[in-house]
Amino acid sequence: MVRGINDRFFDGLVYLVLAAVGLAALFPVLYVVSVSLTPFSEVLKNGGYVVIPTVLTFDAYREFLSRPEIPRALMVTITITVVGTIVNLVLTTLIAYPLSKRYLPGRHTLLLLIVFTLLFNGGIIPTYLVVKQTGILNTIWAMIIPNAIWTTNVLIMKTFFEQLPEELFESARIDGASEWRVLWQITLPLSVPMFLTVGLFYAVSHWNEFYQALLYVTDRNLQPLQMVIRGILRQSQQIENPENLVPTPTLQMAAVVLASLPVIIVYPFLQRHFTKGVLLGSIKG
Amino acid sequence: MQPELTAELSTIGQRSSFRRTWAYVWKQRTLYLMLLLPLAWYAIFRYLPLYGLVIAFKDFNPLDGILGSPWADPWYKHFRTFFSSPVFGQLLANTIIISTLKIIFGTVPPLVLALLLNECRAAWFRRIIQTLSYMPHFLSWVIIYGILLALLSQTSGLINRWIVEAGGRPIPFLTSPSYFRQIVVLSDVWQNLGWGAIIYLAAISGIDPTLYDAGRVDGAGRLALIRHVTLPGVRNVFILLLLLRIGYILDAGFEQIYILYNPQVYRVADILDTWVFRTGLEQQNYSLAAAVGLFKSLIGMAMVLMANRLAKRWEGSIW
Repeated sequence: MVRGINDRFFDGLVYLVLAAVGLAALFPVLYVVSVSLTPFSEVLKNGGYVVIPTVLTFDAYREFLSRPEIPRALMVTITITVVGTIVNLVLTTLIAYPLSKRYLPGRHTLLLLIVFTLLFNGGIIPTYLVVKQTGILNTIWAMIIPNAIWTTNVLIMKTFFEQLPEELFESARIDGASEWRVLWQITLPLSVPMFLTVGLFYAVSHWNEFYQALLYVTDRNLQPLQMVIRGILRQSQQIENPENLVPTPTLQMAAVVLASLPVIIVYPFLQRHFTKGVLLGSIKG
Repeated sequence: MQPELTAELSTIGQRSSFRRTWAYVWKQRTLYLMLLLPLAWYAIFRYLPLYGLVIAFKDFNPLDGILGSPWADPWYKHFRTFFSSPVFGQLLANTIIISTLKIIFGTVPPLVLALLLNECRAAWFRRIIQTLSYMPHFLSWVIIYGILLALLSQTSGLINRWIVEAGGRPIPFLTSPSYFRQIVVLSDVWQNLGWGAIIYLAAISGIDPTLYDAGRVDGAGRLALIRHVTLPGVRNVFILLLLLRIGYILDAGFEQIYILYNPQVYRVADILDTWVFRTGLEQQNYSLAAAVGLFKSLIGMAMVLMANRLAKRWEGSIW
């Protein structure tokens, strides 16, 4: 097929726009990294931050990590990410698995009750009062329990379980396996990719935890990383800071880079699973 | 399982004997046992707050509790306070304006990106762009706030540095009411552009390839193929997503606004959720905040149901 001049022009345009999209996604992140590595001397020499500094330093990272609140905040975030994701997965499985059984009496009603929560909710204040009443305010659980089950993830899991061939389970049941064993030894091994997807959705949300910490945690010692970093970002943006060797913006960007590093490093390897999850979720439950 | 199951169900149907039904339910007891904990969670954290909504009709006082607090007089007192207050119109307008802008810029650009990715012939290039454009989706709003500071801060931001170098005066983007909404929408697009394209790419890959062949035989160029094959192929998905987002129009994004805004921009930035948060939890005006929350939930539910009904005209329901 001979490709006409129009076709070539069209291809060129496609590449150009796509390259612009890629650059728009990448550039801000790269610039933040570059600011975090810029030494004070460079800032003074150039009269501000530049896109590509000639000298690099890790001083800002050292200073950020030596702040007393950082290791604690990191511990909080890691704890809620690990414990929270386990709680999420256990509870979501325990509801999605039975509801994936079409022969379960009452299934339809239960599904309606669950989907209704997507439609109508008590809102911020009544939910806060309930959480307060359970006595978990200002504990690590306040960032795990109130959002322990995402209805959308229940629907993703349920849809996945429904696709598994029922004969497989039935033969195990005939061999005398209990429903728990069917779930643990047959269903789970078949569902690893789905668990990875849903688990990653939950884990990222915990790593980025902000909302529940804002509402339910006032204890400064229990603030997760994102909360602490927001505090650091709210400080003055003035570059001139005679007492410190590291100017505030440099420190702020070091904090931003460190807090997003785990997600950015892990993400390219898991991208495939994430995108699969979106598509699983789009199949209606 | 299947034959046995149907046999069992039909016996239930024919004899409708209570004992048979009970025996069948009893056989599934392990499944019900599994449901126990999650259902208890739903009852406590999703249904109990609905009961808590009665405080919208009471003068709630934390010491007296939900039951002990006196009823508001008249019962619609808090609603009247809110509807007659000048903030009502402003909050509603801010919420709907921000939401609408997000819907417009959050549905069309991802579709365009998906079309472009689909037209890209070099698979490696396509993969790189996809990876790059999905990435921001996983960054938190605190992180994006940090990125915005690096670019837009009045004292040290890159854009302002360029403005100053070009002889202009630095602009306080993040604290200026005339820029705030644009920043909210732009950062939302930045976060979700690539992610939003995924679902359209999936829809495009589901289009029957013979349609393209037929189009080519008829002499259609690439633009014509996009217009007559690809776009009709993603139309349903597009409309469904659009309706779903319109259904949630009163959710303008609490976390994003709360993290990005500041008192200087409240006038254009304050949405229903942020106002409820400040009024209820910071000023402890629980009943008024709950009343506004109830108003929002009711309108929201009506919108979603309406969207779902409309969506049924196009291929099935939202769920």
